[in-house]
Amino acid sequence: MHEVGIASEILRASHAEAARRPGARLVAVTVRIGVLAGVDADALRFAWDVMSEQADYDPVTLQIEMMPRRNRCLECGREFVTEMYSEPCPDCSSENSTLLSGDEMQLASVEVEE
Amino acid sequence: MTTVVPVEKKVLNENQRIAEELRQRYAKGGTLCLNIISSPGSGKTTLLEKTLAGFSAQDKVAVLTGDLQTENDARRLARYGFPVQQIVTGTVCHLDSRMIERALEPWASNEIDLLFIENVGNLVCPSSYDLGEEAKIVVLSVTEGEDKPLKYPSIFSKAALMIVTKMDLLPYVPFNLEQAKANARQVHPGIEIIEVSCQTGQGFDRWQQWLTDRRLAARERFACAGV
Repeated sequence: MHEVGIASEILRASHAEAARRPGARLVAVTVRIGVLAGVDADALRFAWDVMSEQADYDPVTLQIEMMPRRNRCLECGREFVTEMYSEPCPDCSSENSTLLSGDEMQLASVEVEE
Repeated sequence: MTTVVPVEKKVLNENQRIAEELRQRYAKGGTLCLNIISSPGSGKTTLLEKTLAGFSAQDKVAVLTGDLQTENDARRLARYGFPVQQIVTGTVCHLDSRMIERALEPWASNEIDLLFIENVGNLVCPSSYDLGEEAKIVVLSVTEGEDKPLKYPSIFSKAALMIVTKMDLLPYVPFNLEQAKANARQVHPGIEIIEVSCQTGQGFDRWQQWLTDRRLAARERFACAGV
């Protein structure tokens, strides 16, 4: 639902990054989205295309890397990757863990043609 | 020739920047800010009405309430004598930090000890926007499905507290309370859970205690930070 707002933020930030390199043309953008970020990749791609067209930008490829959830066991300290939900620690089976990442929305890099 | 330029910035960088400013403002003013999120109709406004009714006139409590349209919620909440402001978002499905910054302008930062933000009824988008709050609270009513934490893991994984509302209706609905709690813990093992009824007052002692504990902890932390 809010992918339009997110797409326009990525669009604005990535064009601003490209503009720091005079004469460069933005060709691709890579974002990292955590599984817990509440962002749907298809909806984001759709919003990206619509917003790019509306802003009269040349088409730019949007690469989305989905990031898994990483937990840290609060008993033994083991860090482990799970699906969207929490799982018991693979080492000590404790269910007591904390979220390390998986909710990020990061503009990782831009690719420019120079 | 193409070059890949690393950026490594948060997508919602601007929202985050303002949220950090708000966090500073809350710390300076000694304000505990809580961001309340749920589906439409889970009972956020009723929960706040009943909560406000429990404070005395000297308590420095304020509410910001967000909706796409109407000032209805602000009118309901203003009856308790505390400062309340409606944020009408138009078509936007969540509150962002800039809306909060703007809404707080008329209030001096030291005149609020406890700020409730009632987000737009939506379990998805509000979870992405930091409003500088101390904690997010997710509200789930017994008239919804007990699998909501599994369907909307984003907000349940970030909320410090889940409040289960409409507990007085539990005998009349097929809601499996234990399953709902297990589902929330599957997404977020450390989530705190309080069950309430705004009709009977069930659970309000625990909820008020939670607020008191949080206020004390925040005050201590603000004092340690020397702000």
